[in-house]
Amino acid sequence: MPDKRAQLSSGPEIKETNLPGVGVRFDFSTESGENVAVVHHRTGRRELVLYEREDPDCSRDVLELTESDSRTLAELLGGAKVAEELGKLQQSVEGLAIDWLPIVVGRPYAGRTIGDTGARTRTGTSIVAVLRGDVAFPAPQPDFTLEGGDTLVVVGTPRGIEDLATILQTG
Amino acid sequence: MDGAPILLELGGVLLGLAVLARLAGKFGISPIPFYLVIGLAVGKGGIVPLVTADEFIRAGAEIGVVLLLFMLGLEYSAEELGRNLRSGAPAGMVDVLLNFLPGVAAGLILGWTPVAAVFLGGVTYMSSSGVIAKLLDDLGWMGNRETPVVLSLLVTEDLLMAVYLPILAILTVSIGAAASVASILLSMTAVLVVLLMSRRYGAALSRLVFNPSDEAVLLTILGLTMVVAGIAERIQVSAAVGAFLVGIALSGPAADRAKVLLAPLRDLFAGVFFVFFGLEISPAGIVPVLFTAALLAAATAITKIATGWWAARRIGVGPRGRMRAGTILVARGEFSIAIAGIGVASGIDELGPLVAAYVLILAAAGSILARASDPLMVRVLRRRRPLVSARP
Repeated sequence: MPDKRAQLSSGPEIKETNLPGVGVRFDFSTESGENVAVVHHRTGRRELVLYEREDPDCSRDVLELTESDSRTLAELLGGAKVAEELGKLQQSVEGLAIDWLPIVVGRPYAGRTIGDTGARTRTGTSIVAVLRGDVAFPAPQPDFTLEGGDTLVVVGTPRGIEDLATILQTG
Repeated sequence: MDGAPILLELGGVLLGLAVLARLAGKFGISPIPFYLVIGLAVGKGGIVPLVTADEFIRAGAEIGVVLLLFMLGLEYSAEELGRNLRSGAPAGMVDVLLNFLPGVAAGLILGWTPVAAVFLGGVTYMSSSGVIAKLLDDLGWMGNRETPVVLSLLVTEDLLMAVYLPILAILTVSIGAAASVASILLSMTAVLVVLLMSRRYGAALSRLVFNPSDEAVLLTILGLTMVVAGIAERIQVSAAVGAFLVGIALSGPAADRAKVLLAPLRDLFAGVFFVFFGLEISPAGIVPVLFTAALLAAATAITKIATGWWAARRIGVGPRGRMRAGTILVARGEFSIAIAGIGVASGIDELGPLVAAYVLILAAAGSILARASDPLMVRVLRRRRPLVSARP
């Protein structure tokens, strides 16, 4: 009976369930079919929960994490830091939006430079990073050449980002 | 004035509590039944009746209830309560039907007045949030699929208590039917208004309370809670409900600090509160009601298990999880005592011994049942299906 469902880019579906008086539980199934949950206590404590095979309702192992433990674990698992920093940025500036926009193979800007998109002049948005496979290129210059399959990390107004998405699709 | 007697008596009681709390921790059961036993031992007709500390314990018990309910309110926000009320309503209704009514019926069968029977209904209805929260943590069940259902039932119970206690407060003063209805409506309105106001002005109140000095925050919150509780008691809404509402209204940093600062005080005064309840009861009076209490405990343990089972099944939890949800809800404790305490204070003396015995049984049995439920269900399920087939 999850209260909300969400999905990170291309990841599995994450289910969110309120635990009244305690906090929130997030859970998802790994690609190998294992159920994993993270319980966020309001006190800042976190629990990482694995479920029993025989009884999928019951936790088999519970790893208790303090706030700094969970930060360390997230960093070791990778990727979280960028998201956290961006999250902070988003919180501090009202009306600022961040999005991940794909460069689809065969679309106008695959093979062209960031400058060609005219992102800043036409939409007021900034491309703060380009993700290519496992590699991230932070703060790319206007002469950076985009490839099909890249993902752009874009910061701007929600409107500007929508415009840029259209431009990337249609030219 | 010679301070020695009261220091010796209080110190002795606290040391007794300390020893038993350690013992309870060792066996993984709630210390509440042990606290009651201490109260029985030092009360009227006990082994070593207190002489001078009586007054202090009486006042301390009053503060204990207020702090228990205030800290409970801190755990929730008004939004959360509203949201839960909608999603948890069906299970909450089943909980009331299965657990409130048996208490009322038992009271009537025992030949009690209807008012006394309504008190007993509350006693059998309320699960112990304190015992259950501790159990969920100890057993590592917080991430389990059935746990949101358990928590949601507890929240609904707590919220319904905010409606039920004012009704009790009014039932115990003998006024006419029309005046009673008016009074009940008034107190319901008061509760609703505070809930709505806290949604709007809770943040402002929290900012007002907050201060860098721990001392200032502690005194402000304690003073505010007690004053509101006092006013609530005066207008027949009951002190406990007043304190609960203050807890709900506080949020953010003020609530976080309040939790840290007041938790030790709550533990101290809640202990005193359980002792006080035992204090008022003669141990000799418990023996004759022991059998009745055991019967009532067994019946309402089964109804709680049924409630948890039903609620967990509704969201698709398997048999083992249903049993866990059911057994963990069995524990009765602080709220049952609080309700009986109000009853005894307003002259319904027959509640005291029965409820003391009832909580003695179920606070202990609740912890034991929850621990035993999983191994037991595994065995039962194995016997039914000797070959546990792997899930697809």
